[in-house]
Amino acid sequence: MKPGKRELTLAGAIVALGLLPLFGVPGFYSAGNLRNLALDNLPMLIAALGMTVVILVAEIDISIGSLFAVCGAVAGLTAKAGFPMPLVVVATVAAGAALGAVNGQLVTRARVPSIIATLAMLAILRNAIIYATGGAWIQDLPRDFQWFGLGQAAAQPAYLAAGGMLFVSGAWALRQTSAGRMFYAVGCDHEAARRVGFNPPGVVRAAFILMGALTAVAALFSFTRYPTIETSAGQGFELQVIAAVVVGGTAITGGRGGAVGTLLGVILLGMIGTVFTFLHVNPAWSKAIQGAIILLAVVSDTAVGKRTVHV
Amino acid sequence: MSAPLLELSHIAKTYPGARALRGVDFDLRAGEVHALLGENGAGKSTLIKIINGVETADPGGILKVAGERVTDPSPRKMQALGIAAVYQNPTLFNELTVMENLCMGDEGLLVSWRGRRKVARELLGRLDAEIDLDRPVKELRMAEKQVLEIARALGRRARALILDEPTAALAQHEADRLLAIVEKLRAKGTAILYISHRLEEVLRIADRFTVLRDGAYIGTYPRSDVDRGRLIHMMAGRDLAELFPKEKVVLGEVVLETRGLGCSVSGLSDISLTVRRGEILGLAGLVGAGRTEFARVLFGLTPATSGDILIDGQPVSIRSVAEAVTHRLAYVPEDRKAHGVIEDLSVSDNISLTSLRRIGGTWLNEDRESELASRYSTALGIKTPSIHAAARTLSGGNQQKVALARWLATEPRVLILDEPTQGIDVGAKAEIHRLMGRLVSQGFALILISSELAELLGLADRIAVMRSGRVAGVLNAAEATRESVLQLAMEEAAA
Repeated sequence: MKPGKRELTLAGAIVALGLLPLFGVPGFYSAGNLRNLALDNLPMLIAALGMTVVILVAEIDISIGSLFAVCGAVAGLTAKAGFPMPLVVVATVAAGAALGAVNGQLVTRARVPSIIATLAMLAILRNAIIYATGGAWIQDLPRDFQWFGLGQAAAQPAYLAAGGMLFVSGAWALRQTSAGRMFYAVGCDHEAARRVGFNPPGVVRAAFILMGALTAVAALFSFTRYPTIETSAGQGFELQVIAAVVVGGTAITGGRGGAVGTLLGVILLGMIGTVFTFLHVNPAWSKAIQGAIILLAVVSDTAVGKRTVHV
Repeated sequence: MSAPLLELSHIAKTYPGARALRGVDFDLRAGEVHALLGENGAGKSTLIKIINGVETADPGGILKVAGERVTDPSPRKMQALGIAAVYQNPTLFNELTVMENLCMGDEGLLVSWRGRRKVARELLGRLDAEIDLDRPVKELRMAEKQVLEIARALGRRARALILDEPTAALAQHEADRLLAIVEKLRAKGTAILYISHRLEEVLRIADRFTVLRDGAYIGTYPRSDVDRGRLIHMMAGRDLAELFPKEKVVLGEVVLETRGLGCSVSGLSDISLTVRRGEILGLAGLVGAGRTEFARVLFGLTPATSGDILIDGQPVSIRSVAEAVTHRLAYVPEDRKAHGVIEDLSVSDNISLTSLRRIGGTWLNEDRESELASRYSTALGIKTPSIHAAARTLSGGNQQKVALARWLATEPRVLILDEPTQGIDVGAKAEIHRLMGRLVSQGFALILISSELAELLGLADRIAVMRSGRVAGVLNAAEATRESVLQLAMEEAAA
């Protein structure tokens, strides 16, 4: 695959950002810091893969911040109920997929615009957790919940390998399977997709289910790092994920983009905060710069769109 | 001889309140180019939709593919039987590349990009078309998109290809290339149903001709039996004895004049026309001839790029709707649902929309708004339970009157009506016609755009016929006939 302009620009920005800590700030390039950086951003990467698919079909899912926390709660409560860890994983992913399916049904059957449907779900799910847990943290988890009982030293590389493999296989499927290309086709034009024999509403539902399942995986990668589950987690997660996907060059209007861009988007936005911390810059600046990057990405998208419309 | 590839008998289609097709019989054979001809609204589109399986014909009609009767046609089924259609506006995946557009949906579980490239190159090669496989389709020109659609249909092993106005949006040399492709496909045994308004083109390429008129099947003729004049005569037929009440009005001075008006954006050039007080100027022409575009230029929606607009003999500049309204022009657009009325608003709000600035100062004066709405509502005889009822609840004819009222409320002198009677029932139509008669007798100047020739012939004082963005000729209503109008509308541009 030939890298597009967007991928090259992002790679350039990442290299430029990566050069900053070289000037007199030791420690950024230590193995420990890089590993933590990667682990911190792994959930975002996995969720962003799902979000890429949802945005490719020209929809959006803003419920995932709450969905993330719900999945964390499901994982914690099932573990406490004595489920073995493999079953905890199955239950969590199933819960994520099921909630994603609800989003998909709302969008395709009830025909609620996805931004509204998932906004409602964002609120409903957040309140559901508070109702279920009384707003308290989930504590006294079984021993093998944290790091799947592997211990931090063994688990960290395993997490990175598993997450990396999941992302790579997702990216591969998106590009190399007919099912993957279907998302692109439907995102371009429902009618044209119907004419070549696809079922657009079904494809949209599949995108939301995938989003839910991947959010669950992201939640597992995140919550199993700690001995307790903070049920207020994931607030604002949806916006970070959407930002990474959009910065990565997936067009919000659907049909264009892909996993490679998303990976670069996650790396860029994920790095900024840490780099700035190392440079002792006020953290407010890193937020502002993240915002500026998002804006820049969207403006460059519409500029490209305009140019081609008039050709 | 083997059975025809496609055979239709007694195909009729009735929509609520309208008969679109009244019994069509024709067949399409392998290795022939069969032209389907008819005026706007003759039923060609409906027929194509039935062949595609998009619409179902009334019971009693028989549709056969290769001798086998198709009992429950659907788009997918007709496609599987080898019937493919290429529409005037191609349905392609704009963001995706040419290669991907050609291969989408025809693969197994995995995608081989190398295999795709090979298939795509082969398909385009069959048509001698050279299009960069990696370009996104949104960057292609219309002609290239059309070729892409044909190539894709071939990739799905189409045996019969329906081409709906494939050259309408193409320049002459592009059209020639497309015709060469059509000839090539015919030589290979593909059956082609070819719909085009360009008579010279179909006379050049088609082997047989089927003519429809007002949904009726006129006949199918071999090339040797037809010529230009005969085809036009068959398409036009005799004038229907329809009644269009028109009051005799004494014409006044010229209100609006255009001199060499052109607009490069919408493809108009050199339009010189006049409208006088009390006159109805009809604008005739085929779909895409530039009638609506001309109205849009006059109304400042797509400002002119050359030529002049004169009002009362004074050149004026109209570069926005606001300026058009200041010069007391009004335009009632064609697409009533999209642009004419806002269905969720009340009748009153709809009518006052154009006059908000006049009836209000800083704050909207609701009494004056209601007064204005009820005045026009009464004057035009809008049938509504209340002026506060939502426009959605009104019939098509009454919605049209609301759209008209809105623009009359701006107190215009020149009123442009774009297809004012499209899709409304006969009674409401007659009422709109009477209304137009009343307006001209009050001294309005009217420009009437209509695809219904009988309407133009019955109402207009003069008919300007447009073709390819130009005025092909202006006829006096007295001397105009369906045939003379069609003749002008269809004459091939000297390109």
